[in-house]
Formats: sequence, C-alpha cells, structure tokens
Amino acid sequence: MNSDKTNDDDGTSTVNRTLASTAHHCGSCALHEHLVRMGIDIDNWDYVVALAGNPNVGKSTVFNALTGLKQHTGNWPGKTVARAEGGFEFSGKRYKIVDLPGTYSLLSASVDEEIARDFILFGRPDCVIVVVDATMLERNLNLVLQVLEITDKVVVCLNLMDEAERKGIDVDHRSLARELGVPVVPTSARKGEGLGLLMRTVSEVIAGDVEVAPRRNAGNAALNQAVDELIPMIETLYPGLPNPRWIALRLLDGDYRVRQALENGELARMGFETPDAAEQGIVMGAAGGS
Amino acid sequence: MNDTPTSQPPARALLARVEQLQRNLGGAYRDAIVESLYADAEQIARKVVHTEKTKSYHVDQAIDRIVTSKIWGLPVMGLLLAVVFWVTIAGANVPSAMLADFFFYLGDQGVALFEAMGLPWWITGFVWHGTYRGLAWVVSVMLPPMAIFFPIFTILEDLGYLPRVAFNVDALFKRAGAHGKQALTMTMGLGCNAAGVVACRIIDSPRERLIAILTNNFMPCNGRWPTLIMLATLFVATSFPPALAAIAAAGSLVLVVLVGGAMTLILSAILSRSALKGEASSFTLELPPYRRPNMLRVLYTSIIDRTVFVLWRAIVMAVPAGGIIWLLSNIRASGETLTTHISGWLDPAGRAIGLDGVILLAYIIAIPANEIVIPTIVMAYTQAGMMIELDTLEELRQVLVEREGWTLLTAVCLMLFSLLHNPCSTTIWTIYQETRSVKWTAVSALLPLAITFALLFVLTQTVRVLF
Repeated sequence: MNSDKTNDDDGTSTVNRTLASTAHHCGSCALHEHLVRMGIDIDNWDYVVALAGNPNVGKSTVFNALTGLKQHTGNWPGKTVARAEGGFEFSGKRYKIVDLPGTYSLLSASVDEEIARDFILFGRPDCVIVVVDATMLERNLNLVLQVLEITDKVVVCLNLMDEAERKGIDVDHRSLARELGVPVVPTSARKGEGLGLLMRTVSEVIAGDVEVAPRRNAGNAALNQAVDELIPMIETLYPGLPNPRWIALRLLDGDYRVRQALENGELARMGFETPDAAEQGIVMGAAGGS
Repeated sequence: MNDTPTSQPPARALLARVEQLQRNLGGAYRDAIVESLYADAEQIARKVVHTEKTKSYHVDQAIDRIVTSKIWGLPVMGLLLAVVFWVTIAGANVPSAMLADFFFYLGDQGVALFEAMGLPWWITGFVWHGTYRGLAWVVSVMLPPMAIFFPIFTILEDLGYLPRVAFNVDALFKRAGAHGKQALTMTMGLGCNAAGVVACRIIDSPRERLIAILTNNFMPCNGRWPTLIMLATLFVATSFPPALAAIAAAGSLVLVVLVGGAMTLILSAILSRSALKGEASSFTLELPPYRRPNMLRVLYTSIIDRTVFVLWRAIVMAVPAGGIIWLLSNIRASGETLTTHISGWLDPAGRAIGLDGVILLAYIIAIPANEIVIPTIVMAYTQAGMMIELDTLEELRQVLVEREGWTLLTAVCLMLFSLLHNPCSTTIWTIYQETRSVKWTAVSALLPLAITFALLFVLTQTVRVLF
C-alpha cells in the first residue's frame, strides 16, 4: 500500500499514504493498514477529534503525521490564533482533526486559550487528544486536568518519549492513566512511533469501548460545596449537559464567556448537537476572539 | 435544532445565586482553583515520573531556592543589579577617558588642518565643533559602558535569570492589579522600549496588556542606560570619596531602576483602579532550566544587536543634532545667539524642576532618540562658549559644575528626567501600531511627561526648602 498520490506543496490535493510506510515501530501491525491520510479533504467526516496541548510539545507533528499536511505554527504567543484542520481515515471511519493553538491553560481569557476552550466546549469534539511533553509532565498535566474538567472523551498522548528516555526520565504511563482516569498512549511523533495505537485508542474512546473516569477535584471544600449546590440548578436549566460541574466552576470564577453562553441559550445546544451547529459554535468562538 | 425553552428567568435566578456564592467565598477561591490544579499535577507527576536526576538539575534547584525565594529573591536581584552596574562603571572609566583623549586630539588636528587650508571659520566650526564633536562625545561616552553592560546583561538573559525576575515580582504586580507577565515585558523594555511594547502581546487580557504598554516607558532602555551611567559616574561618584565612588554610582543606578519599578507599579495600580478597572488574572510561568550561555552568541547579540545598533542610532542622530546646536549657537539675533534666546526662554520651566533651559533645549532636540540627550547638553553648553576646550571627562565635570552651576540635585533630576520622560518617537509609533488607538498613544506619551514634571517639581522644591 505504498502508492502515494502526488501532493502539492501547499497540501491542497488529497494525500493518500499509509502510515506503515513511515512508521518503523510495529510496522507489521495490522492497524496501520487502516489509516489513510486525507490532508484537508475532510468532507463528510464521521468524527471530530481535537488536538490540544501546551506549546511546543509536538502537537503539530502529531497533526502532520496523521493528516499528511505540513502545518506551520508560529512560536510567538498571541500570534497563533487560528485552528488548523485536516482529515484521515482509520478503520473505515473518517475523522476530522482540529489542531488547536498551544496553551498552558484554559483558565485565562487570552485569544488563543479562548479558541482552544471554546472548541472543546462548544465544538463538542467526539474526542480530545491532549498532547503532553513527557519531559515536562507536571507542567503539562495542568492543562490535562483542566480538559478533564470539561469532557470525558480524552486520550492523553504522552509525546517526546524518545527525548525523555535520553534525559533519563521514566514516565510510568500505566500509573498515569490510572491517576487521570483516561487512556494514556506513549508516542514519539517525530519518529512516528505510537501513533497507530493512539488512533486505535481514540476510536475506542469514541465508541465507548474504553471506560473513562476522569479525575476531577479542583478547588477547596467551600468551593466544592458551592459547586455541588449549583450543579443541580444547571442541570435543571439545561438537561443533558455533559459537564455541569465545569460550568459551575467557570460561573463562580466569573467567566464572562460561559455566563454569556448560559444567558443566551448557547449552552443548551451543547447537549443536543448537530455537526452544523457545532461548526457554527466554533466560528462564533473564533470570531469573538479575534 | 432541539430547542430548549428560552429559560431566561431561571437563568437569572442561577446567576443571582452564583453572585451570592461568589461573595460568600471571598476572593481567595480563584487562587484555590489554580492551586489545587497545580497541587494535583505535582502529586500525579511525583507518582508516575522517575528521574535519574542529573547533577545539574540539583544545582538548578539549589540556585532557584535562593534566587526565587520569598525572602532572598528581591535582595539578590538588587545585589546582582548593583554588581553589574559597579563592574560597568568601574570598567568604563578608563577607556572612556582614553577614547575622549583620542577623539579630541583628532578633532584638534582636524581644526588645524582646516585652518591651514584657509577654509572659512564657519566651515571649520560647523564640521569640527558641531557635527564632529557630537559624534566624538557620543562614542567616547557611550561605547565603553555599553561594551561592558550589554554582554553582562545578555549573559544573565541567556542563563535564564529573567523569568525568575518575573517570578519574584509577580506578587507585587498582582497587588497593583496588573499581569505578572508585565515583569517579562519590562525586562524586554530594559533592552528597548519599542521591543517591550511589542512583547506585551504575551499578556492575555486587553486591559492588563494596555497597562503594560503604558508603563513600559519607565524601564530605562539601551539608549538611556549610557546617559544614566554617565551621570552616575560624573556626578554621583565624584560627590563621594574615591573609595566609595563606584559603589555610590552603582547604588544610584539601582535606585533609578527601583524608582522606575515603583512608578510602574504605582501607575499600574492607579490605572487598574480607575480607567482600566479589573482584577489580575492568573498565569503559568515556565522557569526554563539554567543553561550555560553560548559565549559566541552572547558576544554577537550584545555587540552587534545591542551596542552597535544603539551606537549607530546615536551617531546618526548626534551628527545632525550637533549641527543644529552649532547653528543655534552661532546665529545671532539682536546681539545674542539663538541658543541663549531659546534656553533663556525655557530657563524658568527648567529651573522649577531642578534643570535649566539648556537641558530642556537639548532634550527637545533629542526627542527622536533618547541616546543623545547628554551629548546634546554638552554640545549646547560648550558651544555657548566656543573657546572652552574639553580634554577629559573631569574637565567636562568642572565646566558643568563650576561654570553652569550643576549640583547633585541637577544630576539626580536629570537622571529621573531621563528615566521617566515620554518614550522616544520609535516607541510612540510602536504603541500606536499595537493599540491602534490615538487616545491611548497620546496618553502613553503625555502621561509620563506630566508625571515627570510633577515629580521633579515636588522634589526640587522640597530639596530647596530643606537645604
């Protein structure tokens, strides 16, 4: 299956290449046969996957490896305000993957963080891949924990494993998965290692084959009491919300955007989403930020 | 779309309850959320990460325990700054004098040559006493301190000390209602205010970003350092016994930076409680590992990017400024030179704030580049009495002190003036580019100027009453 179609430098044509041709690691694995890169040919997707993570953790490398695109990202915080989108096919399903701006947190209201957060919240991706730097796990976990507050459908991509090994850092990914309550997949995206497993895990999380129990315990006792009081009120107001706890936290934190979404009913759409509406949500989020 | 009913009243009830709960919780819960996230992340990382800690990592942590400690962080910062200044001043004295000797010798030869060639006096005057002298002053006064200060500063930058500075002062900024990252943009401002203003992009909220942009000017930039260092050397140092001279001069520079920092905090606090009301937001600051500076890169950055860049800009500005001063000093109207007229007219305003008319005139001529304020002042003074020959910095000091009546107060006022007055034209333009607002650009230029005049007026009058 090494029949590469021609791809223009600007990546406008469809790219069909199997990952097997680039991945040395477990190249014999049958899974690779199913991954087809689709570049930006992302019509009629079955699932939407978001890529989140701190800046410079290899997010774009993962994105490029999966889609066959050559996405360039600026390194200057504040400049990168756009999302990149691409597509790939895996085990017969078509995925749209959205590369979100690199952020350290989802708490403050900078333009890039708002875009990332709005997409995870209102874009309702079927799964969020949080790419983390294995050499700087603690710092990266801050973002993971914040994403876990928003959504259950999370796969942690423990990237830069090769670099960690070289630096004498050993990360026990099984314990990490237990602590976080979501799957953790070790990868070295530059070498293409672990990406097949990453995609299989994503598909399993989307299908509900993997049980997730995300860790959620931000705040002190008084705060949690306040949150517990608000959750039923929010649930009565908007039944079917996937993350009332997070909404409660954000309201208490005085998050203007969430408050607005609550007031104008935007929040209601989160429970009963159609792809079109999701798209609208994203566009609105991006426009509001710029 | 499966519309849920537009449940406005219940939403309002919910939001009312939220506000009530917010009040009950007090302000601390915001930090509690962030802190518990961090504690969680730390706890998990400790469980799952096993590091064969290299020696350098331990050293890093040991250093960080001191330089970012709550008690020692700020004093260490001040001490470090003082040492850098002391090395700069102590090291720059001799080469500065040598350069001055060399350039003025060359100037004398030039004058002699022109006279031997029988050129009219005004050509000799304009070329050698005007433009050449401006250039000679700029190079001999500015080059040595820059060649010492910038490499040291670049080494600190390369080591990874600057983010630690931001870490140390974060709490202060928070109390002022400004963003902790403002400290990073300020350290950029130490290099160049225009660069500092652009760096404010890293600040998330528009409110805090605007505060950072408006106050960046209070960090003395590359162009103003030589002015400050020279003033400290010429006036502060000589007011003390030789043994203490360099230390006193370095101390006065630390004081200047502290005043700049204090002004930044005060203005930030005032702005964040008035025109730009709001609360400080939390942020994640990455403390990069200490790295051994790459000396080649340090030399390149400090010599090419900083020293030569600043010196060239100064020379480009000093040559026409020297020419203008020469013209003003040699064109006479009703028996007096234009310099005398203008500076006489500016004198009352200058005196009121501890300066004089000539200094204000030099300042106005030097608006395009802060770098040349001092050389312009010197040129204005010496041009007024063409016969004076200045061979050494000591003679310059004597002229300023004995003939022009400069005191320590004049020097202090001029240092403060140089620190606080409006940004240079490049920075003002950059502020407009970044804010796209004529209003805030005007505020950024006029507010510091007003503050400067007010502060210096109060200082001068107080000193005059007391002594």
